[in-house]
Amino acid sequence: MSSETTVLPKIADAPKPRFRLQGYAALRWIILIVTAVIALFPMYWLFANAFTPITSNPPLTPILIPAFKLDNFERLLVNNKFYMNWMLNSLIVAFVVTAFHAVFDTMAGYAFAKKRFPGRNLFFVLILSTLMIPIHVTFIPLYLINRQLGLIDSLWALILPGTAWVFGIFLMRQYIQTLPGELIDAAKIDGCSEWGVFRHVIFPLSLPAIAALAIFTFVRSWNDFLWPVIALNKPQNYTLTVGVANLQGEFMTDWGIIFSGAALAALPMIIFFLFFQKYFLEGVRMGALKG
Amino acid sequence: MTGIRKFIKQYGWSYLFILPSLLTFTIFTLAPVLWSLVISFQDYSLVRGGKWVTPIYANYVEAFTLLNGIFLIAIRNTVIYTLFTVIAAIGLGLILASLIQPLSNRLRTFFRAAYYLPAVTSALIIGLTWAYIFNAQWGFATYLTRMFGLPPIRWLSDPDIAFWSVVLSAVLTLPATAIVLFSAAMGAIPQEYYEAADLDGASPIQKWWNITVPLVKSTTLYLVVLYTIASFEVFERIYIMVPSGVGNSTQTIVTQIYNNGFKDFDFGIASAQAFVLFAMIALVAAFQFRVLRSDVEY
Repeated sequence: MSSETTVLPKIADAPKPRFRLQGYAALRWIILIVTAVIALFPMYWLFANAFTPITSNPPLTPILIPAFKLDNFERLLVNNKFYMNWMLNSLIVAFVVTAFHAVFDTMAGYAFAKKRFPGRNLFFVLILSTLMIPIHVTFIPLYLINRQLGLIDSLWALILPGTAWVFGIFLMRQYIQTLPGELIDAAKIDGCSEWGVFRHVIFPLSLPAIAALAIFTFVRSWNDFLWPVIALNKPQNYTLTVGVANLQGEFMTDWGIIFSGAALAALPMIIFFLFFQKYFLEGVRMGALKG
Repeated sequence: MTGIRKFIKQYGWSYLFILPSLLTFTIFTLAPVLWSLVISFQDYSLVRGGKWVTPIYANYVEAFTLLNGIFLIAIRNTVIYTLFTVIAAIGLGLILASLIQPLSNRLRTFFRAAYYLPAVTSALIIGLTWAYIFNAQWGFATYLTRMFGLPPIRWLSDPDIAFWSVVLSAVLTLPATAIVLFSAAMGAIPQEYYEAADLDGASPIQKWWNITVPLVKSTTLYLVVLYTIASFEVFERIYIMVPSGVGNSTQTIVTQIYNNGFKDFDFGIASAQAFVLFAMIALVAAFQFRVLRSDVEY
């Protein structure tokens, strides 16, 4: 910028009020740093407490530097015989729901993007219209249906309704629309079946969008709370969020266990985010997640 | 016969491709919504099923009059919560996104990630960390009040304060999505606009107010709707920060639906309340479509 202006002086480069700019810059940095600290502090404090041995109430002077000890985590896993079950349950549900979405949303997105068939717009509007419906309206009938099918207290109660998420279809349709139609024609000329076109052309080409979709579906499922707390009753069947919400009732006085339980539930998503940051932020830009 | 065969040959695969999605939507969204509408006019018991209530709208009346109109308090709380969180989200989103815009790519990515990081953990765990911060004994907020010599505040147990503590926690949980989306929208504003303003000798604040803010208007609108709907549905934060309800002073619409439906198993009332929420969200969405239609892009 500055080198450019020295080569090509403009009228606008008449004296700029330097002091004011510096004032702005200082203010900018103060605001950015303070807000970043506010954003990260709650999570940081949780982890600082979780990594410092605490067996009853935490000290009145807050722990700001962790001791980097795993005592709390050890007690958590020894005293709470279900914690690993919860983590496993969360993992299973998140993986299965994500796999369903990766395949079904891509299939539907492909059909809505590239195929012409009677009722296409009607079906698409029908599916899109569910975007507006607060999920809470469905919980009572969902509970009744799952109860009828004997699925309450099983992971199926979370997996089956979890396969309906309209945003995935919308996202995949938007992406697949940008793929050139000639690729499909060429594959057909080469003798690809309809399924073959999907399997060998559309699906591989959609992988960037599928990756974003998969990340969001996984996080969404992992963090879900309200429906799981309704659908799961027995402690061994809880997912992590439900289990962590109940830790306080169980270990009332051992705050170390509670802190470490909450921290360990948050940790996988934080690591996940640090690794796939770009996809996350790209996904947010595509509008796939609120938060 | 050949007509059907031809139809299947031509369109069969298309329908097969959308079939799994269509089925899950029908079974797990559309059918439940319709059934829920039916239940909202019924007295529903797990043992003997549903019975129509008389008058047919009785559940909707009771939804509002139950326990001296606690649902009205819940709606009021929800609206207050929404006002604060939406204004904070848009305000902070605009300001922070603008402030990181001139930074180098590296720093901008860093701040975006820092602001976004908390949002990848569940609302429940974020609520939990705030419950700890507001712990009346050893919470960080309690430590701060002590340090400044203020009288102790019962953050989460005083009925006059508890709800505001929750609102404060929501405002201080920075609007991750808003920052990322505003930042993207601001990155797309043509640089010439700012150069033209420079020629006119505009100050940074003037440029921000007259160029940046108007040009991200459609993003603002989208975010208003997004955050309004999300705030209307607030649940986890309330559930975990103030589990007792603090004398019903912290109820929101969804905690009411949850309590009536899955603590008292009064499905009729809970369904009626869920449809009140649905109506509120539909209003917001209708507003969005109206404004979007009249919106002029740059």
